[in-house]
Amino acid sequence: MNPTGSVSRPRWLTVVGVLGVVAVGFTVWLGLWITPPDAVQGNLARLVYVHPAIATVALYWAGGVAVAASLFYLWPRTRTFFWDRLAVSAVEVGAVFAALTCVTGSIWGRPAWGVWWAWDARLTSTALLLLLELGYLALRRVPTDPAVRARRSAVAALLIAVDVPIVHFSVDWWQTLHQGGTVLDPGFHLHIHGSMAWTFLLGFIAFSLIFVWLLGVRYRVEVLSDQVGDQEMDVSLAERWSEGTELVGAAASSPVPAAPPGGAPTMVDQ
Amino acid sequence: MLVAGKDLRIEARSRVALWQVVPFAVLVLVLVAFAIGPDTGPMRQAAPGVFWIAVLFSTVLTVQRSVAIESGEGTRDGLRLSGIDPGGIFLGKAAAVGLQLLVLQLVLWAGVTIFFNVRVHVVWLAVVTSLLATVGLACAGVLYGALSAGLRVRDTLLPILVLPVLAPVLLAGSKAWQAALNGNASSGTGWLRILIPFAVIYLVIGIVLYGPLQEAA
Repeated sequence: MNPTGSVSRPRWLTVVGVLGVVAVGFTVWLGLWITPPDAVQGNLARLVYVHPAIATVALYWAGGVAVAASLFYLWPRTRTFFWDRLAVSAVEVGAVFAALTCVTGSIWGRPAWGVWWAWDARLTSTALLLLLELGYLALRRVPTDPAVRARRSAVAALLIAVDVPIVHFSVDWWQTLHQGGTVLDPGFHLHIHGSMAWTFLLGFIAFSLIFVWLLGVRYRVEVLSDQVGDQEMDVSLAERWSEGTELVGAAASSPVPAAPPGGAPTMVDQ
Repeated sequence: MLVAGKDLRIEARSRVALWQVVPFAVLVLVLVAFAIGPDTGPMRQAAPGVFWIAVLFSTVLTVQRSVAIESGEGTRDGLRLSGIDPGGIFLGKAAAVGLQLLVLQLVLWAGVTIFFNVRVHVVWLAVVTSLLATVGLACAGVLYGALSAGLRVRDTLLPILVLPVLAPVLLAGSKAWQAALNGNASSGTGWLRILIPFAVIYLVIGIVLYGPLQEAA
């Protein structure tokens, strides 16, 4: 066991974290002070620098990593705990971003639509995704054998990935209020320009960097907690062993019930 | 089929489904009636949703029961040694759960007719909806049941895992039933297009993934 080697924080993670925080700072500065208010929505449109970026991270980055990692774990040739830890990290960070997506969407929805919440396809499927992710994390928290837990979690993650499109499709039929993609049309032509476009893109980069950073940190936490579990087991085993040898030692050195020659100390009672 | 027969025989003898799950489902109807009644207007509007909420909750109970009968000492090993492949075991268990759910829905149908004062005008639509939804509910339920099997906290874990997954069935089932109650078949048939893929997807996933899940347990 090499506690210092595997525990030390990798340098690239720190660099990504610092870059991410700086990029978010720049996005906030550009978004709130530099860019002009929108022609139609005024200052309300400034949420466009944050909300779509967070939603993209929650749905595609986190979801993609979780699904890919789960698949790699289930595939026998690539089955290592690396993929299992990566999957749980992605789901947990994804749950945070899914919650943020709902919150920022709500903040925008109240003044724009007049309601905090609308039962529209995107909102509802994001909320259900969050609930499904919480279910996954609850499944993970159940103490059981690590290999069993990893296999079940991987299956659960794939089932979530299958379910979210069905939810989206069904709610889409139910009611549709949310606007479609307005910034990028199907031909991928940007519909916003100048400083607004740059801020919009910077927002995507910033939150993607934050995602990678959080993913790395969360992965490290998983590795460390596994190590702590192993070490606690080793420590308690060592304690039990030392208690045992003390007792045996005490029995052997006590003068009164002299052990018969050749007999073990435990034979005295008989 | 053998597995389904075994599960159904156990249910027929133990009567847990009959004396606990069915009364629970009817209880849900009565409780909701207390919450929104006694005006007939709101009750009639709520009837399809209440019906499917009761079905969903009962699905959780039925699946818990279906997992519980395999949790005894060595029963799972017995099943695995029987030579039936995991896909077959999955189909058997899903068929048993599905059959119980169908019986339950008949009772609930009578329940909403009596308590909520509604009448199904397009009977075939309601029947097809129930059949398709039952396949989806049973397959997804048994799959998640296997996911939570053998864990000490499975009774609290299963609902949070499976209920969000079943949400599309609740939505499509309620809407199709609403159409069936209003005698407006054309607006209801569209919802079957959600129930069919749901049933097919979970049927296929169940057959494929039930084996690996059993090994993990």
